[in-house]
Amino acid sequence: MNVTALMKAVPGSVAQGLIWGLLAIGVYITYKVLDYADLTVDGSLCTGGAVAVMLMLSGYNPYVALICAGIAGMLAGLVTGIFHVAFGIPAILSGILTQLGLYSVNMRIMGKSNQAISVDKYNLILSLRDVPKAILVSGIFCAVMITILYWFFGTELGRSIRATGNNENMSRAQGINTKTTKVIGLMISNGMVGVAGALYAQYQGNADVNMGRGAIVIGLAAVIIGGVLFGKIFRNFAMRLVGVIFGAILYFVVIAIVLQLGLETTDLKLVSALIVAAFLAVPYIKGQHRINGKKGGKANA
Amino acid sequence: MLELKEIYKTFNPNSPSEKKALKGLNLTLEQGDFVTIIGGNGAGKSTMLNAISGVWPVDSGQIVIDGVDVTKLPEHKRAIYLGRVFQDPMTGTAADMEIEENLALAYRRGQTRGLRWGITAKERGEYKTLLKTLDLGLESRLRAKVGLLSGGQRQALTLLMATLKKPKLLLLDEHTAALDPKTAAKVLALSDRIIEEHGLTALMVTHNMKDAIAHGNRLIMMGDGHIVLDIKGEEKKKLTVEDLLQKFSVASGSEFVNDRALLS
Repeated sequence: MNVTALMKAVPGSVAQGLIWGLLAIGVYITYKVLDYADLTVDGSLCTGGAVAVMLMLSGYNPYVALICAGIAGMLAGLVTGIFHVAFGIPAILSGILTQLGLYSVNMRIMGKSNQAISVDKYNLILSLRDVPKAILVSGIFCAVMITILYWFFGTELGRSIRATGNNENMSRAQGINTKTTKVIGLMISNGMVGVAGALYAQYQGNADVNMGRGAIVIGLAAVIIGGVLFGKIFRNFAMRLVGVIFGAILYFVVIAIVLQLGLETTDLKLVSALIVAAFLAVPYIKGQHRINGKKGGKANA
Repeated sequence: MLELKEIYKTFNPNSPSEKKALKGLNLTLEQGDFVTIIGGNGAGKSTMLNAISGVWPVDSGQIVIDGVDVTKLPEHKRAIYLGRVFQDPMTGTAADMEIEENLALAYRRGQTRGLRWGITAKERGEYKTLLKTLDLGLESRLRAKVGLLSGGQRQALTLLMATLKKPKLLLLDEHTAALDPKTAAKVLALSDRIIEEHGLTALMVTHNMKDAIAHGNRLIMMGDGHIVLDIKGEEKKKLTVEDLLQKFSVASGSEFVNDRALLS
């Protein structure tokens, strides 16, 4: 392994980790808070990127474009939510349907499969041409988003969303409209993903119709790595979200190492899948051991 | 306070697993009635409570709580009128949330939940006082996750949550069945005290005949989806387990043998 080349790649990994960390926080909201496996993410990431790039190409301010990307993501979440709560479609399938439909929507938004936006001609918020700035900007975004979410999930509405994910029966018994809370949770999550898409498109200098493929797995990887490695230290909600961001950064560092070991970029999907599978397996296998240990203890007593 | 008129409910209609759970159920409760409900497995006891709570819509009939027809209201809207405690201690509380958060969720039952902070310092003081009355030491553990509590502690907390906002009707669905006898007795005594203090109207399903006789001012026995026996007033006060068994065999024309009730 070429250590020098790896060290050169690390700052880029950190920048990517911070950007994808925003997506991972979105995934955390559905997967962990709402207990809802939402696959909309693969589509809404590109929707956010597409909306932002097209608006900037038409001369809009990049921050306006960013907000619109967030709103577009929220609309995608709304659609998934309606599929699920109003039409009774199972959670996973609702997300798959939206994700599939979004492919066509994203093509319509962009007009072709790839829209480039050059940092030389446009005033982008961040770009891989200036990695330190990208790290600073995306780091600020993460900090601001975590602060807002920490506040929101402490409000009456936020707590009722957490209660819905934790115990739906109890939530309804306490008068919470769990259909509404689920939809709001999905919208917030995909709004975050839309913003991540807008930042990522600027970072890589284009929006591509395939940019979201497998995004859910990367998001899950960050959530799970963050949970397994930092779950014991970070107990507070805001710190858990920080753990998710660290998880995303670590993921991209691992990817950089893997690339340095000589794997092709096309191998990365397999690597991602295996990383997620491995980190999902760890708590499960540990749990199995604990159960066996308990049984043994009882038999001895 | 509560009127159930000709309630019918069939699960899995027109299938091999069809189950006619409620068949023309009628029940009227007066303000302040504390009714214990017994009956064999599948008699429709829990189904009746679920029909009142709106877990699913009934096939036909009418449910009126304190003059309001709630038959068509979804579960979360009926929650304004109802306090509920379930058989499984896991059901009534959110395990990954703190004790005070659970109480704060219950405190806002029937209110619009907006962007105000989810719990105030003033509430916290009230919760401490209330938790102290449970005598379980929970008042010093406001920030502990509910998942760390024992089954009995969770049921006591659920009971507190169910009555934090005074409900029109308290529904206790075998809420002591999953507890050990000592804890069950404690939770039952607590239920008695809370019902009396607030002058609540309550329905309590139980598998224990002695409990059904010892608590409340009225006892109903269910069988085959409707009420087969309704004992109140002086008659209820003098009731014994033997009376009850005998009345049951008369009412249903069969022996009360297929049930855990006989064992306790």
